[in-house]
Formats: sequence, structure tokens, C-alpha cells
Amino acid sequence: MIKSGLSISSITKKIIMALLGLFLIVFLLVHLGINLFILPICEDHAEMYTAAAHFMSTNWIVKVFEVILMAAFLIHIYYGIVLQIQNWIARGSIRYKSRNKTTTSFMSKYVIYTGLLIFMFLLLHFYNFYFIKLGLVSAPKAAKIPLPQEEHFYELIVWLFTNDMIFSIIYIIAFIVLGIHLKHAFEAAFQTLGLNHSKYTPVINAIGTIYSIIVPLGFIIIPVYFILFV
Amino acid sequence: MKIKLKIWRQKNAKTKGIFVNYSLDDVSPEMSFLEMLDALNTKLIEEGGDPVAFDHDCREGICGCCSLYINGHPHGPGEKTTTCELHIRSFKDGETIVIEPWRAKSFPVIKDLIVDRNAFDKIIAAGGFISVGTGSASEANSILAKKEHADEAFDSASCIGCGACVAACKNASAMLFVSAKISQLALLPQGKVEAMERVEAMVAKMDELGFGNCTNTYACEAECPKGIKITNIARMNRHFIGAKIGSQIKQ
Ligand code: SF4
Ligand code: FES
Repeated sequence: MIKSGLSISSITKKIIMALLGLFLIVFLLVHLGINLFILPICEDHAEMYTAAAHFMSTNWIVKVFEVILMAAFLIHIYYGIVLQIQNWIARGSIRYKSRNKTTTSFMSKYVIYTGLLIFMFLLLHFYNFYFIKLGLVSAPKAAKIPLPQEEHFYELIVWLFTNDMIFSIIYIIAFIVLGIHLKHAFEAAFQTLGLNHSKYTPVINAIGTIYSIIVPLGFIIIPVYFILFV
Repeated sequence: MKIKLKIWRQKNAKTKGIFVNYSLDDVSPEMSFLEMLDALNTKLIEEGGDPVAFDHDCREGICGCCSLYINGHPHGPGEKTTTCELHIRSFKDGETIVIEPWRAKSFPVIKDLIVDRNAFDKIIAAGGFISVGTGSASEANSILAKKEHADEAFDSASCIGCGACVAACKNASAMLFVSAKISQLALLPQGKVEAMERVEAMVAKMDELGFGNCTNTYACEAECPKGIKITNIARMNRHFIGAKIGSQIKQ
């Protein structure tokens, strides 16, 4: 399977990455929607957040979705790395001496590195939450999270954001990096899918810009709230 | 004007190359870049040395022969100009100009600044044509083409196959070139007929020859001397998807 995954055409690989990327972009919106209940946006926000988290870990449709989501992440990352390695090889063994002076956006140039940083954050995120849910690890003892821990993510999050400054800082940086990744990726996905139009492309690009600012900002507000007000 | 040069010298494809420094004391700002290299070569020959090998032919920006990666830009500084259209007045007095060949695995250096761009011909040979006998010119109005399509096809056809897009791209991707060649044919009625087979064959050849994958940095568009647009790449992707999922006649 890995071999056939490698031998497919360059454009097919790019299309797979673009489609999965767009899928992850939609998912991120759902995730943000749930996360915002961590903030006191209404009276029973904590209960609602816990209910949503509970629904996410018990409903079978969500469970199927979870597998698809994992696969989407892994394949997106896999092809990102494969394409990058091929690209390094394509340049050849001798590099240019003079630094390239072509004007391109740094967001597009470093997309593989922002991607790798996000991947590292994802691992941390899994360690902090998803693996607890799977029962692989348990929450830090100091947090005194009651059992079953997956039912008490709200307490865990509040504890992490109020006690672990380093966690909060990593969290905020990760979402800034994600914003940079998405700013390029959103537009690029449409270009790769050939969805280019003199009238609609500027609209798509504008939506991409808004998305890549608003959504990471939405995530960032949460630790900022806890740092400043709790 | 005085200029200093740092030029990549490499005897042949097998030997290792190095940068060699030269200086010219008496160049006129009005000289073209290639005339300056001619002056250098004349000097080298007079001194009994080996002249610097570089590609050139028309020297008016239409053949795509000239190349050179000059101070970090394919075809040097200046927008939409080929190296042969570049002038010494674009540089400062006393400036050091670094000249390198295109760097891509699929464009191996033959000698000094000359690279083998046969890979582009192979991509064209894989499908960049229309496989019908053309016969004598037919009545112009018998096949109708939209003006907009004709204009766009013409824009795409203005690609001179120089390879600057590959040289500029951090991934050494040839997608701008290939997409321009695909578009110039696919936009017109005669070329549309084989558009699907063409895109598949040319993309497969491009991959096989080891060009990189586009990551949408658009360095190619920024450096293309003919202003070929990345909308061509989007069109290629679109046609590629169409070819892969569209129904095709089985042979
Ligand atoms: S697309 Fe532009 S840079 Fe690339 S080969 Fe054609 S003319 Fe040269
Ligand atoms: S020599 Fe023909 S384009 Fe430069």
C-alpha cells in the first residue's frame, strides 16, 4: 500500500492533501465550537462543554468519524512529508550559492515547517487529552481530576490553563503557527483542486484570510481568558 | 563601469565545478548582459584561457535559449526579462555579480553555465502536440474559437521553454511550463480533442523525469520572463482531475 501510495502522480498526491486539508479545516471549526463552551459564554457552559465532550466520546457516529479524522491527519502528514522529500531530491545535490531573491510569501515557503510544528503540538494535545480518553495515560496527579477522567476534561483544561503557564504559552504559539499554515493552505488547496476563477478566487482568498485569523484567535482567547481573569 | 564576476565553472557533466572570480574594468552600462560575457570571453581567449560556456541564440527574448541564475534571480533582476534582454545598467558600479547555472536534478550541468534541458523536450514529446495531419491551411472560419480562449491560448503559448520556473522554484517543479504547454493546446478546438490524454501523459512524464511537486509558492510566476500565470497550473490540475475521473474510451 505504501508503495502504491508513493507511485501515484504528483498532482494526485497534492489533490489528496488538499481535500484532506479542507476536511480538517471544517473539523477545526466544529472543535472550536465545542471549545468555546469552556469560556463562561452562558450560565451552564461547563455542563454544556462536558455534555458535548461526553457525546463526542460515546456516540458511535462520532466514533466512526474519529477514525476517519485520524486517517485524514495521518495521510495529510504522510503526503506532506513524501512530497517534501521528493522536492528536496528534485533540487539536486548542488544548491545555489546566492540566496534566492524571488518574492514569495514566507507562509508558503515554510509551510512544511509550520506543518511539522503543528504535528508536534498535535502529539502534545493527544498526550494531554485524547490518550486520557483512550485510557492510555492519566491526567497529572496534581490536577486531582476525579475518575473517570474523560468525563472531567473541563476541570483538566481549567487546571492546565491556570497552573501550567508553559502549557498555555505552547498552546498560544501553536495556534499562531496554525494560522500561518492555514493562511497559505486555504488558498493553495483551491488552486491545487483547480478551482480558480477570476471572480471567485479573491473571495476564497479573503475567506481564507479571515478563517486563518479568526479561528486560531478563537482558540487563543481561551488560555488568555484564564491567564488574565482567573 | 567596473564589475566583479563570480562564475560557476565546470569542465563537463562528470567533473566537480567551482566558482571562479573575474573582473572587468571597462564595461559600458549600455551593454547587454550577454555582450558583457562576450567581452569576458574575448579577454579569456586572448589570455589563452578557456571561455565561459553559456547558452544563447536569438538574443531578443524569444527563443528560450539563454538561462543563468544571476544574483539570486533566474534571468537576473528585472521583471519579465530574459537574460539576453538584461543590461549592465541594472547593476551598480563595482558590484559583484554571481552567475550560476539552473540547479535542478532534471537539468544536469553540461559545461559551466549550460544545463541539459532535454527533459522539457521529453515532456513535449510525451503529448504536447496534436496528432493529426494538418494538410494545407483550411478555411479560417471552419473551426470557430472564442476570442477570449484564443487570447489565453496565445498567452500560454508565449512560454519560451527556458526553464526559469524550475530554476526559481524551491521544489524544482516544472508545473508552470507543463501547464502552459497543456493550456495553449487545450484552450483551442483542435487541441481540446486530446486534452485528457495529453494532461495525463505529460504529467506522468514530468514526474518520471524527477521534477518536484508544486507547493504553491508561485516563485515561478514571479520569475517567468514571459509572465506565464499560475492560473495555467490550476487549469492543468482541473483537467487532470477531469481526465482521472472522467469516462474514457477503452482501447
Ligand atoms: S513558464 Fe516561463 S519560466 Fe517557465 S519555461 Fe515557460 S517562459 Fe520559461
Ligand atoms: S537568447 Fe533567445 S531568449 Fe535569450
